[in-house]
Amino acid sequence: MAAAARFTVVGGGLAGLMTTIKLAEAGHQVDVLSLVPVKRSHSVCAQGGINGAVNTKGEGDHPDIHVKDTLRGGDFLAEQVSVKGMCHAAPGIIYLLDRMGVTFNRTPEGLLDFRRFGGTLHHRTAFAGATTGQQLLYALDEQVRRYEAEGKVTKYEYWEWLGTVKDEGGRVIGSVAVDLRTMEIRTFPAEAVCLATGGPGIVFGRSTNSIINTGTAAGRAYMEGAIYANGEFIQVHPTSIPGEDKLRLMSESVRGEGGRVWVPRKKGDPRGPRDIPESERWYFLEEKYPKYKNLVPRDVATREIFMVCRDLGMGIGGRDGVYLDVTHIPAKTLDAKIKGVMEIYEKFVGDDPRVTPMVIFPGMHYSMGGLYVRFEADSRTQTPLEGSPVNQSTNIPGLYATGEADYAFHGANRLGANSLLSCIYSGMIGGPAMAAFAKSQSTSAAAMPEKYFQDAKRYWEDRFATIKKMNGAENPYALARELGDIMTENCTVVRYNDRLKKTVEKIRELKSRWKNVNVLDTGNVANRALSYTNQLWNMLELGEVIATSALLRDESRGAHYKPEFSLPEPKTKDPREDADWMALWRKRHEKWAKTTIAKHSEQGPQISYEEIPTPVLEPEPRWYA
Amino acid sequence: MDTAQASAVTNKTVTFRIWRQDDPNKPGHFDEFKVPYTKGANVISCLMEIQRNPVTVEGKRVPPVIWDAACLEEVCGSCAMNINGRVRMACSALVDKLEQPITLEPMSKFPVVRDLAVDRERMFNALKRVKGWIPVDGTHNLGPGPRQSPKDQSVMYVLSTCITCGSCLEACPQVTLDNDFVGAAAISQARLFNMNPTGKMQSEERVRGLMGPGGIQDCGKAQNCVKVCPKEIPLTTSIAVMNREVTKVMIKDIFFKDEEQKSHGGPG
Repeated sequence: MAAAARFTVVGGGLAGLMTTIKLAEAGHQVDVLSLVPVKRSHSVCAQGGINGAVNTKGEGDHPDIHVKDTLRGGDFLAEQVSVKGMCHAAPGIIYLLDRMGVTFNRTPEGLLDFRRFGGTLHHRTAFAGATTGQQLLYALDEQVRRYEAEGKVTKYEYWEWLGTVKDEGGRVIGSVAVDLRTMEIRTFPAEAVCLATGGPGIVFGRSTNSIINTGTAAGRAYMEGAIYANGEFIQVHPTSIPGEDKLRLMSESVRGEGGRVWVPRKKGDPRGPRDIPESERWYFLEEKYPKYKNLVPRDVATREIFMVCRDLGMGIGGRDGVYLDVTHIPAKTLDAKIKGVMEIYEKFVGDDPRVTPMVIFPGMHYSMGGLYVRFEADSRTQTPLEGSPVNQSTNIPGLYATGEADYAFHGANRLGANSLLSCIYSGMIGGPAMAAFAKSQSTSAAAMPEKYFQDAKRYWEDRFATIKKMNGAENPYALARELGDIMTENCTVVRYNDRLKKTVEKIRELKSRWKNVNVLDTGNVANRALSYTNQLWNMLELGEVIATSALLRDESRGAHYKPEFSLPEPKTKDPREDADWMALWRKRHEKWAKTTIAKHSEQGPQISYEEIPTPVLEPEPRWYA
Repeated sequence: MDTAQASAVTNKTVTFRIWRQDDPNKPGHFDEFKVPYTKGANVISCLMEIQRNPVTVEGKRVPPVIWDAACLEEVCGSCAMNINGRVRMACSALVDKLEQPITLEPMSKFPVVRDLAVDRERMFNALKRVKGWIPVDGTHNLGPGPRQSPKDQSVMYVLSTCITCGSCLEACPQVTLDNDFVGAAAISQARLFNMNPTGKMQSEERVRGLMGPGGIQDCGKAQNCVKVCPKEIPLTTSIAVMNREVTKVMIKDIFFKDEEQKSHGGPG
């Protein structure tokens, strides 16, 4: 294998760009395919910060505590070796970003500042105002632009990845993609391909995700044989602003900086929030969780808000919505630390949150599940072995996944400010793994018979030509809305088996109606409806994986909550002191502490479960009271 | 979801006049649409409604409108367009605050791809021209970066919130479809990297990137850029600061040999 081997990275968010940087830095040629100019990727939306136990506040924080918080936060469903590697690499990653010029907030001494975030008791989150994702993405975007200027990276922006090119042994030797402007379809030979394509938020219609996050690439990879793991674990963020076009995130950093969640004590209280005296406000999170208060993990906060509104009918004005209140914090502090989110609220709702408490409600936010990837552990440290080709590899040889598109780091629930970290870390080990894989192969992908590439290209040209002729009665965008509505209704905060069954049936109905789509647009330039109709099928496939995985997991764990199968409340404050409860917990744990494995078949997803090795931390009950 | 900020559907409609252009080389025209009014709607949510029912007021079925969008919260920079004759982000353009009919046109200083989508490649090329990055030695562990004062951070942070939307170029009388003026965004980015303690070491390279044809001297000081910037970045201050830096380098060039003997460093 020559040193200047060629690789393809799909997706230009944090994970894709870090994978790219690692490959380019090692002297390889990288083609980056992205739906949008990479600087506009969804990582730009992350607000609150990035975690790393740098321990600058004299709190005795340590990467091992970060490991414990992360594994516990994910209720022991995360892949432990990768989590340990990530948490130990985190301080170095934050320093690297600092060196790249990220405008992190500073302490008076000129050091990096850190704030509190959910699911931990330490100040562990480095931040740049409340637009940390934007700042991090720009830093990596700038580094990649530098490599681009040097000729090591070629960007293909407004290009959509369609599928793999495989040799007859099933090894990925390249990709097929379509230029979303000229509609040209071509192949990209590559020694290895990495999908850093983000999450599937748009499967849920409206979410906090960018509208490009349809999950189409992961859905297609799944159809081509890649395992999709833990699909049922969907994070619903506790605090978003509901909107017609999307749910706009109100960062966890709002609570990290002291924001308080409350509703009026009197049901349906008609008074405005500022007219309700302190004694008539119910700070339900602080009351129930005196230790973590408003900073319980996201799944916990989301369920509490949801139940206050839906079960108790205590939402503001009897509807969905609770107050997120920062009016007690000086406006100057708010502007220095969370101005970005203050402005979003102001612009889109019209009220100044510095003066009037915000009204928020949970919104679909993140997928813990994703493409199944493996790691090779360093037996000494139980962290991913440096330079191993196994790290971040899917079950298809030559196909890798990093960032939100992979399933590994967050288990049943992701802690706030761990996503930017997992994106960057997975790219840092994924890039070298791809290079190592290429080196281990006797034949270069570039030397493979042309036939493989021609066949793959022809398949996609035919498929697009067929879709372009579809002139049925169904509008693809309207079908997508139906999918989103039922996924949001039945596959988010609270889940019931009868409704999940109906959801799976509905998705199958939508799949058959897809065949009667009208493509709406027969143009030859920038025909988005054409590519969207193809994407929609992949979204339906992913939706089916998510709903089926949720249906079959009969327990409550992290973001996956089924009241019919939940454990009772323990009788003691520390559940470990309640022997009967512990017996129930153990029984549940033995049955369900496993990774959900979904494999594609024509009849629908085939679900099985895989044991989770625990070389880093022995599972224990998860509680925050 | 019936939320406390519930979107009430009424019989009211919103009228749009939208620029249609199938191909960059073909002439364009306006299509008129009526979409159902919902409270809190913005231009994007209405364009999405048109996707689900792409029928004009004359009852003609047309292809859905093509426009660029991603985050819908004014941080990705995709959806800049001319709305009622003024460049702004479509996601934060609330229907309630717009006069009807709402006219949507593509930005005029960039080549049209189709309908409202344009090609902003020149902006990214300008970032290459000014070397808008910190040339780190590598991604390996080299410890923390240099200390910085919270005051400097607060200035740099604002500069680094530029979303490359193109509004400043669209509003600038000096920018035309076929010239190569770098524009306010890239000038301000050069200032950002020259303020960074590490970036300072290459400040002269960035300043030189702003010299020559299409450089900072093409700025006509109309000050439109700062007025339309959705992120309220002090673009005219950045231009003034970089103008001063350019002047310093030009003076240095005049006395280059003397300067070389005195110091090996770049400009301050």
